[in-house]
Amino acid sequence: MNRESKERIEEQLNGKPLWRSLDELADKPEFHQYLQDEFPLQAKAWLGKMDRRSFIRYATGTLALAGLAGGCRWRPQEKIVPYVKQPEDEVLGVPVSFATACTSRGPAIGILATSHENRPTKIEGNPGHPASLGGTDAITQASLYDLYDPDRSQYIRNLGEISSWDSCIFAIREMLLKQRENGGANVRILSGTIYSPTLHQQKQALLKMLPQAKWIQYEPVTRDMARQGAVIAFGQDVQPVYHFDKADRIVSLDSDFLMSMPGSVRYAKDFADRRRVREDMTEMNRLYSVASWPTVTSANADHHLAVKPSDVEGFALALASAVGVSAQGSLPASVPRGWFDAMVADLKANGSRSLVVPGLHQSPVVHAAAHAINQALGSQAVTYIEPIEAAPTDQMKDLAGLVEDMKGKRVEMLLILGANPVYNAPADLNFKEYLSNVLFKVHLGNYVDETAGECIWHIPETHYLENWSDAKAFDGTVSIVQPLVEPLYAGKSVHEFIAAMMGEPKLGYDIIRGYWQSQEQIGASEEKWTIALNEGLVAGTASPAKQVTANPRLQPEASGAKGMQILFLPDATIWDGRFSNNAWLQELPKPLTTLTWDNAAMIAPATAKDLKLDQNDLVNITFQGRTIKMPIWIQPGMPADTVCLHLGFGRTAAGALGNEVGFDTYALRTSQAPSYSPGVTIAKAGGIHQLVATQNHHAVSGSETMDGRDVVRSGLIDEYKKNPKFLNPPKDEEPDALFEKPKDYQEYDGYKWGMVIDTSACIGCGACVTACQSENNIPIVGKSQVQNGREMHWIRIDRYFAGGEDQPDTLFQPMTCMQCENAPCEPVCPVGATVHSHEGLNQMVYNRCIGTRYCSNNCPYKVRRFNFYKFSAGQPDLDPGNYDYPSLQLMANPDVTVRGRGVMEKCTYCVQRISAARIEAKKAGRDVKDGEIVTACQQACPAKAIAFGNIADAKSEVAKQKRQPHNYTLLDNLLTVPRTSYLAKLTNPNPEIKS
Amino acid sequence: MGQIFSPTTNTLAKLSIYGAVVVPLGILFGGSAISRSPYNTNVGVTLNQPIPFSHKHHANELGIDCRYCHTSVEKTAFAGVPPTHTCMSCHSQIWTNSPILEPLRQSWRSNEPLIWNRVNKLPEFVYFNHSIHIARGISCNQCHGAIQKMQVTSKGFAFSMKWCLDCHREPEKYLYSDEAHPNMTPQDQALSLYKKIQSGVELTPREEALKEGLPYQATAAEIEKGKELVAKLKVKKEQLADCWTCHR
Amino acid sequence: MSEASGEKLITGVHDFASIGGKIDDIVLDQKRHGLNWQLAFAAGFLGVNILLIAVCWLLFMGVGIWGINIPVGWGFAIINFVWWIGIGHAGTLISAILLLTRQRWRNSINRFAEAMTIFAVMCAGMFPLLHTGRPWVAYWMLPYPNWMTLWPQFKSPLVWDVFAVTTYFTVSVIFWYVGLIPDLATLRDKAKSLLVARIFGVFSLGWRGSAKHWVRYESAYLILAGLSTPLVLSVHSIVSLDFAISQLPGWHTTLFPPYFVAGAVYAGFAMVLLLVIPIRAWYGLKDLITMRHIDWMCKIMLATGLIVSYGYMTEAFYAWYSGNPYEWFMMKNRMMGPYWPFYWSLILCNGLVPQLLWFPKWRANLPMVFGICIVISIGMWLERFIIVVTSLVRDSLPSSWGMYYPTFWDYATFAGTLGFFTFMMFLFVRFVPMINAFEMKDLLYKFQGNPRKRADAISAGEGH
Repeated sequence: MNRESKERIEEQLNGKPLWRSLDELADKPEFHQYLQDEFPLQAKAWLGKMDRRSFIRYATGTLALAGLAGGCRWRPQEKIVPYVKQPEDEVLGVPVSFATACTSRGPAIGILATSHENRPTKIEGNPGHPASLGGTDAITQASLYDLYDPDRSQYIRNLGEISSWDSCIFAIREMLLKQRENGGANVRILSGTIYSPTLHQQKQALLKMLPQAKWIQYEPVTRDMARQGAVIAFGQDVQPVYHFDKADRIVSLDSDFLMSMPGSVRYAKDFADRRRVREDMTEMNRLYSVASWPTVTSANADHHLAVKPSDVEGFALALASAVGVSAQGSLPASVPRGWFDAMVADLKANGSRSLVVPGLHQSPVVHAAAHAINQALGSQAVTYIEPIEAAPTDQMKDLAGLVEDMKGKRVEMLLILGANPVYNAPADLNFKEYLSNVLFKVHLGNYVDETAGECIWHIPETHYLENWSDAKAFDGTVSIVQPLVEPLYAGKSVHEFIAAMMGEPKLGYDIIRGYWQSQEQIGASEEKWTIALNEGLVAGTASPAKQVTANPRLQPEASGAKGMQILFLPDATIWDGRFSNNAWLQELPKPLTTLTWDNAAMIAPATAKDLKLDQNDLVNITFQGRTIKMPIWIQPGMPADTVCLHLGFGRTAAGALGNEVGFDTYALRTSQAPSYSPGVTIAKAGGIHQLVATQNHHAVSGSETMDGRDVVRSGLIDEYKKNPKFLNPPKDEEPDALFEKPKDYQEYDGYKWGMVIDTSACIGCGACVTACQSENNIPIVGKSQVQNGREMHWIRIDRYFAGGEDQPDTLFQPMTCMQCENAPCEPVCPVGATVHSHEGLNQMVYNRCIGTRYCSNNCPYKVRRFNFYKFSAGQPDLDPGNYDYPSLQLMANPDVTVRGRGVMEKCTYCVQRISAARIEAKKAGRDVKDGEIVTACQQACPAKAIAFGNIADAKSEVAKQKRQPHNYTLLDNLLTVPRTSYLAKLTNPNPEIKS
Repeated sequence: MGQIFSPTTNTLAKLSIYGAVVVPLGILFGGSAISRSPYNTNVGVTLNQPIPFSHKHHANELGIDCRYCHTSVEKTAFAGVPPTHTCMSCHSQIWTNSPILEPLRQSWRSNEPLIWNRVNKLPEFVYFNHSIHIARGISCNQCHGAIQKMQVTSKGFAFSMKWCLDCHREPEKYLYSDEAHPNMTPQDQALSLYKKIQSGVELTPREEALKEGLPYQATAAEIEKGKELVAKLKVKKEQLADCWTCHR
Repeated sequence: MSEASGEKLITGVHDFASIGGKIDDIVLDQKRHGLNWQLAFAAGFLGVNILLIAVCWLLFMGVGIWGINIPVGWGFAIINFVWWIGIGHAGTLISAILLLTRQRWRNSINRFAEAMTIFAVMCAGMFPLLHTGRPWVAYWMLPYPNWMTLWPQFKSPLVWDVFAVTTYFTVSVIFWYVGLIPDLATLRDKAKSLLVARIFGVFSLGWRGSAKHWVRYESAYLILAGLSTPLVLSVHSIVSLDFAISQLPGWHTTLFPPYFVAGAVYAGFAMVLLLVIPIRAWYGLKDLITMRHIDWMCKIMLATGLIVSYGYMTEAFYAWYSGNPYEWFMMKNRMMGPYWPFYWSLILCNGLVPQLLWFPKWRANLPMVFGICIVISIGMWLERFIIVVTSLVRDSLPSSWGMYYPTFWDYATFAGTLGFFTFMMFLFVRFVPMINAFEMKDLLYKFQGNPRKRADAISAGEGH
């Protein structure tokens, strides 16, 4: 054992009067050190909540136990561990789902979290919640992984040594009381943006206790500029809420409203609803996009222009004056005049049904202009509400102020609640350097991250599935966040922490319930409270629309638009870096680029030619005197002379997976230029860094590679109106099938499962990919294996570019097992491991598969995935692995086999869900109803582009869609007769604009 | 050089010819015999349990309904193993100081679960659902053997895939409805066997077989009735034998 | 049958004893095996060890250690499988077809070629087994009664493979062994030590050379020849169906069976020559394996080589003529895609270089022949690489295109089997009569009448 720590303890004992020492002793870091050394395993029993862990052991440890009891027989004896007292409401094997809200990215998204035997296993959208309407995004889906992440902070730490809650809170209280003497003038609290009413109230209470203290909110991705824009336009801070269902003509000013704005999930559905073309619905909205980097939004636009970030402002001002708002500024050269005039005419023609949406990273003027334009057009598609942040401020300014104070040694106590400024503060503030001036630093967070490393105390924060809380959604609607599990580790929610710190320790439940006790929406009524919990939102909390009038003074701000410009954006999957250690998000191919496990300096093909740069070339990017080295990614659709850097990579204390992945771009970001700015230089640094994408650029239609390939179909709505079948012309002669059709199941009179994917609605966000990963226990494989072409995703988003590479059109085509009625994979399997079910599914029987991989070779869609290693238990060069970690085992869906090494796997139409529904229906003596079975991808899709059901039932949604004239199957020349078909993508460009 | 082999070699040579045939066959048949024997299948092999619980006593002699302990057998995939609490609901009153039950009381006091040895086990890749089988009137004994006779519980059948498929391919041979009680739900029928045994009423040959835990050959007439039942219950035979009915 | 041809089949002055001696001494007089043998054997032994390591690592880690991926599910393993199976074919062709067509010149090379067949099939056989994800359940490909009431899927060409290859191996081994019996008996009788005598005794199954034995022998041998003749054509046809059955452009073509068989014979004879040329020199067998033999083998290679080249042309032509964009793209991709160097070196190796064999002077030039044979072997391996890899890397959906990069372990396994082959081959050379002695004597008799007379004449006449 560790002698020193023992001695130190003895000192403690002797040094202190006995009546105190025993309690005290138990809480001394030394003592815990001693425990750690003496009983490394049992020590946890003293430190954490063990009942959870023992549960974990029983839940996952059966094999381990069996190992002990192996005995002489070759097959180990399995154990059964029943409850001592079974919970009333629990029926083994029946998953329960709870309404709560995902707050991973700040604003709430209403979800239904599914729980198997008390462990959350799946997250689905809450159809009743305005921010979800049943859909989710990839980040929400993946937030489940965060809960079980083996690298989560598990202990309270004091200077890195494991400590206890009591000693921690004792120390904080001590310091706090001391600070109270001068009203907390030297106390600072730094948190992320506050969306929780309860937290806001606690904040007020704390500031009442310490009047002189300051509470700073900082997140790298803010709406500072939207705020300033609103102030310019209306003289006050209001927040727009868009109603795309009411918009016929939409202009996106560098905004990514389909994916990365608060409310995007909802917006995606409203937007897609206006593009679901059917025989009897041929009216579409029209989206003009002016973008400084290709986003999902610009990819879905009918007209898209790639312009430098600073040109967007010129464009906005020109548009403003064109619709009669007094504004200076001329149309940037990069925008064709004819294009612009046609667009303006179109907007004016549609007046109140037009909408202009500014991007959050665009300058205040753009926002102001947008507001003014919408008002001038009398747009009905936007309303303004009080900001959903509890206390909106200029976060960048406040943070700078905090650093000033630290610099001037005016900060003695700093509480950092769920923020990570050491990593993500702007480079010019030197946050880390001045943090060392602060004596007493406390960090509450999910991980022992860069900031925690600089603090005296670290307290593990609970995951939103572990704690009680509340949060506002994009429209102000409040959701109560309810826990599904007790904290896996010694976690505390921010509410509990503040309460305890203020000397009135309470349970999270009491704090939240207490707050709502005082609110009229719920008050004392238990009934209302229960309803709020059941429905996942507090009725009547949506913010009312405010009447505001805009009369902005619009002057161009964007300085010198000359030369190369730098643009900082949050990453599409790991956002501002908070999800760096989330394996699912790291491996999820980013939309458009399909890049995984990396970020890169994105430049246009033209720019690459000018600079003589090639894919993967390492370059030195110098901006305002700072330089970082990064690889180049050449992205079709990037504007020329712009380099786009994504935030959130290059972490040093994210966890085993997130560390050293990608390149830290915060090192270039300054508080003056958090978004974009000219004055950046790129110089070849020599050498390359291999970037890994799941698809490469040779998929450009019209080019040599696609010639004659009838892969993805798209056309104009006007054509469609003339001839609905124009994308699906009748074949002159039927090709011969290679394989004879198994008749018996085609004449089968039971269910016939089928799927339709509407490519006009699909926005290409990738939510389905992560949903599928979560539902079907799909392992991650890591960068090197993705590079080898061994990624395991059962559904992928095929991305095709059409037209030139400067401003290509983008087509998305979700690709998963087609469940061919005449499946090429089936006859070639030597052991019949993949055969056809009578209900039309192409069954993959893992336990029969011997792994010849012929089925994959013979699959024209290449949707089969193979376990080249035992991926389910991690793989050689990837740590942590997957389900070999006890905590990650808890994450697995018990209804799906975790596949072993050497077997083929693929999409199954979520057969476990089909079976469950079928059995329930049988027991009830009825047929499965349409919509009763919802596949994971279908459920997650924010745009609701996927329909699934029984095609034998003519009234089912899927059957209706299959009857659409633009419904086609992929590679039908092979006569594989897929059960999954597509609705061709239809676009609605402005006939006035000749591209 | 003279003879290099002794005369006996001839015999050896001849023998080796037969050996070449017999030995491989012996290995094949021996191997398959072992794999089908209880040594491999565990059929009828009793295991050490923390408490020598007797289904014979509880289910048969006392006539406690299966569902009293296996609460979720009608509702979900798992029949469910009773929590200590269930046992204590009686044994806090009776046999309160029988030494056999000490582990039970221990568990109740210490709040530590009893750990039983699993008797009936399917591989991880087999997804079996009790509730639907009960809902089709399949008696417990059909798969678990003569549970009501077991002093210490052991495996009734080998749970081979062939054995499952016998019924999944020809359900009409196994599905039946109790003539004596025409308006009994399949669920009740499935769980009523023991009551009949206790009440000592005349059992049909099929029920006799179930009682004894023996396989039963349905008569032509029964199969006809079975076919009607299959049609009535809308059982899709083809789907029943599809891989994904049990494997995912 | 003319004296002349006869003289060319056995050169130099020989009687039964000298022929028997030439062949048997190689086995009986172990001192005959010098440095050459030791070096070749050492090389082979090294290979065997590499193979063992590669296989152990494979079984421990999984097929992930190879370069395969999605879309390229088959890589070196299948390439090598097809290549090795192909090489085997020369043996069967020589022993079976040439026997039935009474090509007496086969007698001096058939045993050798058959041995080569057996070892090549051994090498080939390893790969289908090792390349499966779960080799430990590969036996599910065999039809046997089981408790799952499941059978292999007889629609799958991979199952046909199992039957084809196992049959092929069994028949080849029996054929080879039956042919050995009389010679083994001879060795038994010639053996100096009792141990050796007994060993050969056991294996010669009590052969006494009685007329009865000979009659039985002849008929058995003829039947086996009849059995294996269809195999020559069937085995590689079935192997080719592994590809032809699929829908994959580049695989799905009816051309494959004949084209694979021709390729197989082509590769096979190249391998026979690669082995024969050094060994006849090392063991002084120039009289028995004459230039005439080598010349004939070269001609067969030339013929099959032309068939194969014709195959390449038809493939390209129909890819264009079919008007199927996928087929045509596949062909363009082979010629101009990422793997173009492989395609063109294939054309060079299998199509152009062998044209040298048109000229008798080159056919008589052993180093040149040896070189050409190496080129052909490489060429045939490349052909399999082109078929397997370039068809898979870029198929129907551009979104799922990929590349294939073999890893160290791919090469190690291949090198390992080459080593194993050499290893077995040289054990064979040392411990089994590598030329069919009694058939050679028979040949001698048929061509030269009773050689004793002749020998007398020589001794009486000019003498030495």
